[in-house]
Amino acid sequence: METLEPYLAELPFLRGLSTEHIKLIVGCASNVKFDAGQYIDREGQAANTFYVVRHGRIAIEIFHPTTGPICIQTVGEGDIAGWSWLFPPFVHHFDSRAVELTRAIAFDGECLRRKCDQDHELGYEMYKRFAAIMESRIESTRMQLMDLYR
Amino acid sequence: MSIPQAMTATSAGIDPMLPDLFRIRRVRPETHDTFTFELAPVQSGKRFSFLPGQFNMMYVFGVGEVPVSISGDATSTGLLTHTVRAVGSVTRVMANMKAGEIIGIRGPFGTPWPVQEAEGNDLLIIGGGIGLAPLRPALYYALANRSRFGKVVLLYGTRTPEDILYRKELESLRARFDLDVDVTVDRAGGDWHGNVGVVTRLIPKASFDPGNAFAFICGPEVMMRFTAMALQKREVPLQSIYLTMERNMKCAIGLCGHCQMGPLFVCKDGPVFRYDRIRDIFTTREI
Repeated sequence: METLEPYLAELPFLRGLSTEHIKLIVGCASNVKFDAGQYIDREGQAANTFYVVRHGRIAIEIFHPTTGPICIQTVGEGDIAGWSWLFPPFVHHFDSRAVELTRAIAFDGECLRRKCDQDHELGYEMYKRFAAIMESRIESTRMQLMDLYR
Repeated sequence: MSIPQAMTATSAGIDPMLPDLFRIRRVRPETHDTFTFELAPVQSGKRFSFLPGQFNMMYVFGVGEVPVSISGDATSTGLLTHTVRAVGSVTRVMANMKAGEIIGIRGPFGTPWPVQEAEGNDLLIIGGGIGLAPLRPALYYALANRSRFGKVVLLYGTRTPEDILYRKELESLRARFDLDVDVTVDRAGGDWHGNVGVVTRLIPKASFDPGNAFAFICGPEVMMRFTAMALQKREVPLQSIYLTMERNMKCAIGLCGHCQMGPLFVCKDGPVFRYDRIRDIFTTREI
């Protein structure tokens, strides 16, 4: 049976991860598909999954009672959606919605956390990767806050 | 297609302080606060030539004068095009001017985008907000001479979907097979299906050969700083990064000092600068 292993090894997010670690995490990964407009996660829901987008676009949104959903950021091919699974209380802080037909690799956060706890080298590699993504997203958010084009 | 021999108003031997009269042929609204003028010389037979990236001083008689980049096609001998954002006392008056009215033009002034030097390489054109306007002549040049360039990539970021400049033109450019166009906005509602996020986020995914690429950047200074950093992360050589600066240009010929930036005059030594030549000034505060 064909597994996701070769695909995971090619993901920029996992590039450089050892073959052993790829083998270890492949059991936490599965293919998913979201239709345009479909909500993937909702604020307040348990966060047990993160996604690597294969194709399409996901909007990270916050709901405003008077104006409705406000899109803070979109993530596309090769990007990661979701890191609330990493930190207690493992709850989503934002909504996420497929802007268009989106295919992604879903990683079971609980499964991955367990494996990271058992193998600290894997845990370090994963946290390093997420830290880099967070740094980049924080930088972007700071620039957005500056409202440069006003 | 090549650009007609253009020079600055100063080098042309004419009085650079004397405006020529131009008639507004057409006013095209772009966004809620931005519009494009198409201008023709009042004196028949007179032609206006410029290089991509140069600017003019636009004079509203009785009100004042402002520097505005030329946003049209340098390879065309047609109308002179300026895209203006109504933000100050002069540009707000300009926003109310109609076709048929007269405006004074001094120029062209300043250094151009090194479009010919960039030939043989991939070309990245990265704009933010109204900063797309000064880049447009460089894009026109690349498209008119498409076979002389490798990949041509246009990355554009702006505030909201309603603030997208030249929207219809961008939509038609996206349909071309020989050009990559990616647009992002800082914020959007649920009806926007494009990217949301800052323009620098488009750079890691853009398809080009960093070692053989030229990048032209125009936008707010903070945006240009971060864009240059993102290009460095992709290992684009500093000497291949160009950006255009904006300062309070008044005389436009390097005399008055209003646009002085350290040892440089933006009007005369710029507005287009090679990044490695101004990087230190660029990051120095209170210059």
